[in-house]
Amino acid sequence: MLVWILFLLCQVGAPALAQDLCQRDAPNGYKVRISLKTALGEDAYEWNQSEMFFFQATMAFAMRRHFQMETYNVDNIILCVQTSRVSFWFVVTSPDNTTMLIPKADVEKAVRMSRHRINNAFLLSDRTLEFLGIYPTLAAPVNPDTPPWLIVFGVVIGAVCAGIIALLVSSLLQKRRKEKGMTEDGQDEEDMQVKGVENGINLDGTYNRGFTDDDRFTKL
Amino acid sequence: MRLQLPNPGLEDRILSHEELDKLETEEAGSGDRPKWDNKTQYMLTCVGFCVGLGNVWRFPYLCQSHGGGAFMIPFLILLVLEGVPLLHLEFAIGQRLRKGSLGVWSTIHPYLAGVGIASMFVSLMISLYYNTIMAWVMWYLFNSFQETLPWSQCPLNYNLTGLVSECEQSSPVDYFWYRETLNSTPDIGENGGLQWWMVLCLVSAWAVLYICIIRGIETTGKAVYVTSTLPYVVLSIFLIRGLTLKGSLSGVVFLFTPNLTELTNPTTWLDAGAQVFYSFSIAFGGLISFSSYNSVHNNCEQDAVIISAVNGFTSVYAATVIYTIIGFRATERFDNCLGGNILVLLNTFDLPEGNVTESNYDQVLQSLNGTHPEVIQGLNLKTCDLNTFLSEGVEGTGLAFIVFTEAITKMPVSPVWSVLFFIMLFCLGLSSMFGNIEGVLVPLQDLGVFPKSWPKEAIAGTTCVLCCLVGLIFVQGSGNYWLSLFDSYGGSIPLLIIAFCEMVGVVYLYGIDRFNDDIEFMIGHKPNLFWQITWRFVSPAIMFVIFVFYFITKVQETPMYKAWNPESENFPTLEEKEYPTWIFVIIFILAGIPGLSVPLTAIYKCLRNRCCKKDNEFKQDDLNTIAKQVHLTDEATKNKPDIPETADGR
Repeated sequence: MLVWILFLLCQVGAPALAQDLCQRDAPNGYKVRISLKTALGEDAYEWNQSEMFFFQATMAFAMRRHFQMETYNVDNIILCVQTSRVSFWFVVTSPDNTTMLIPKADVEKAVRMSRHRINNAFLLSDRTLEFLGIYPTLAAPVNPDTPPWLIVFGVVIGAVCAGIIALLVSSLLQKRRKEKGMTEDGQDEEDMQVKGVENGINLDGTYNRGFTDDDRFTKL
Repeated sequence: MRLQLPNPGLEDRILSHEELDKLETEEAGSGDRPKWDNKTQYMLTCVGFCVGLGNVWRFPYLCQSHGGGAFMIPFLILLVLEGVPLLHLEFAIGQRLRKGSLGVWSTIHPYLAGVGIASMFVSLMISLYYNTIMAWVMWYLFNSFQETLPWSQCPLNYNLTGLVSECEQSSPVDYFWYRETLNSTPDIGENGGLQWWMVLCLVSAWAVLYICIIRGIETTGKAVYVTSTLPYVVLSIFLIRGLTLKGSLSGVVFLFTPNLTELTNPTTWLDAGAQVFYSFSIAFGGLISFSSYNSVHNNCEQDAVIISAVNGFTSVYAATVIYTIIGFRATERFDNCLGGNILVLLNTFDLPEGNVTESNYDQVLQSLNGTHPEVIQGLNLKTCDLNTFLSEGVEGTGLAFIVFTEAITKMPVSPVWSVLFFIMLFCLGLSSMFGNIEGVLVPLQDLGVFPKSWPKEAIAGTTCVLCCLVGLIFVQGSGNYWLSLFDSYGGSIPLLIIAFCEMVGVVYLYGIDRFNDDIEFMIGHKPNLFWQITWRFVSPAIMFVIFVFYFITKVQETPMYKAWNPESENFPTLEEKEYPTWIFVIIFILAGIPGLSVPLTAIYKCLRNRCCKKDNEFKQDDLNTIAKQVHLTDEATKNKPDIPETADGR
């Protein structure tokens, strides 16, 4: 009889006890905030009791995954203070003793380990499914061996240097060709004479053809 | 009644019209003086020289801050009264006298050689720092070839727990510009050492410039086909892209909304005049050089008008494009600001999503303020105003490297837009550099600084290497501060002095009558009344007024600079600091030396003339007859038989 009364009390008391365990600003609880419209826009689903049950199941999975020995169940995840935002608080009780709460740190570890799975279960992301107090781990930066800008720099500088060398070489060849052309025929010697260079003195002025040796130019 | 200052010996120094015609027909093929391959090259080079970074990042800011559409009025008026006449003058005098800037002014009057030397100094100072800006553009260009642009997110700190604090407090674009690009020191006195990555970019900027000027206008003329046309293509692409972005039209509307009361403010007219003047790259000497390679009968009047029109049009076009993107960025920021506030409200009061939207934000805020005033106060909501974001008036490097790059990160396929934008900036700057370097190289050759046996490749190469070495000042930690110093003082006042001297020199020393005749000879008709009035009175007057006001403003204000100091109180905002006293020496060198070289050279030449007057008298006795030549020859051979260069002296 006494056992039966105790049993009844437990049935009634358990939810009440559960309510005491889970409350706003509970020391071992976390607040969850969900932004469905921001994440999914038109395709946002409705947040109802089934979704809450799904959340409980996902959290139980996360706890099982982390601890691996203990079998957590949906009943071990207690939710409360639900608002229309959508936000709510939850606490996790131990499977062995339903009055004992799992400490905050352990819950955090479990959530961090399975964060990606939890997000995907709800089609949300780190930003739209927030566990207030558990900051998302930042993605490790991808550090390539050579910075990409150095590669582009190398290409540009290589092309420019090749161009400079090509242009310099072609000018050099052009010059050499010109010089060769000048020394080969004695054309320039005659030009110099016509312009009036005598004894190496270059005279500035109009050359008077009256003084030319015409015989050289007239062909008979 | 024409005012003409005495100018003896002018006839002997210049080629007469008949000689010019002979030169034209005879030396059609000789490679003594370089020539343009075709008119297009010449026009593109001049357009490229005039259209530069200023059109993209100075004009839009001026337009927006001086009353939007109303700014067009002073700008266009001063363009017509100041820009076009000066341009025509430089083109005509270069084409007529067929020499670079130093040669032209020495020819007009030996005492005026100082103007050419001043032009050379100014071109040199500007080349030094302008190519550093090119180096910055190249750095950003090299960094754009990545999927996530490095300035789109903050890097993580050392132990990967969070973002770097300097970046968190400011923004990723600011951090990338001030820390990862410039590695800016907090003070101009601390030089911070050479930043190796910027040294590499500086070297590559000078290398690209060298390859384009290696053979003078032969290579430059080919390069301008790309560098002068590509910016227009890219601007058009950006315009189309910009107009399809949200909020772009609000940017354009903001830019052009006229505020006619600004026209009564003298600063507006002053800024418009200064912008026209600097935008036309007058008084650098480059334009004179370029037009001296033209054929004698080229229509320089038409060229001047066309290039002025193109320059003005480009300024307005670029401003429109820039402001579509700025409008987009401002709208984006506004949306984020408002969205953030809404989220805070939703989270604090646990309201369902969608209850507070942009449209009912104000009402909801008011009602909540009525019911829970203390909570609202504690939230520290930001005020979001679109106009504040739009008038975050940025100009200069801030516009290109901070505001625009941020806008690009928000556009889809950002790397493509980034590459396009920085290629456009690079082309704009490179084509201006061609003119600057021309204004340095040709006077150096005329002064005989380099031995005559050196080919032009060697001269250009040496100049580039030396400028690169001096330019290492600008790639230190404090380089940015040095650059703004050079920009404010090296390029402003001396140019005004030179332009004023140019006008006075041509109109009153060379003689407006002779100038009119020359133009009639070159293009077939005398310049009309508009040119006469502007050359003789209007443009010099405008130059003088701008110079006086500029001088007074610069002298009155205490020179300050804005420093990036993470330790300062209002950190992300730049800290205004005063220059240390030793900077004034540098300022004097920058602004004073080019300006003073005009009178100093005149005095030097005058003294030299007086003390060595005997030689000059002998020279001036030249009579151009055969008999005299023969007589002189005999005299020469009799008296000085073993000196080969008898008649070589000029």
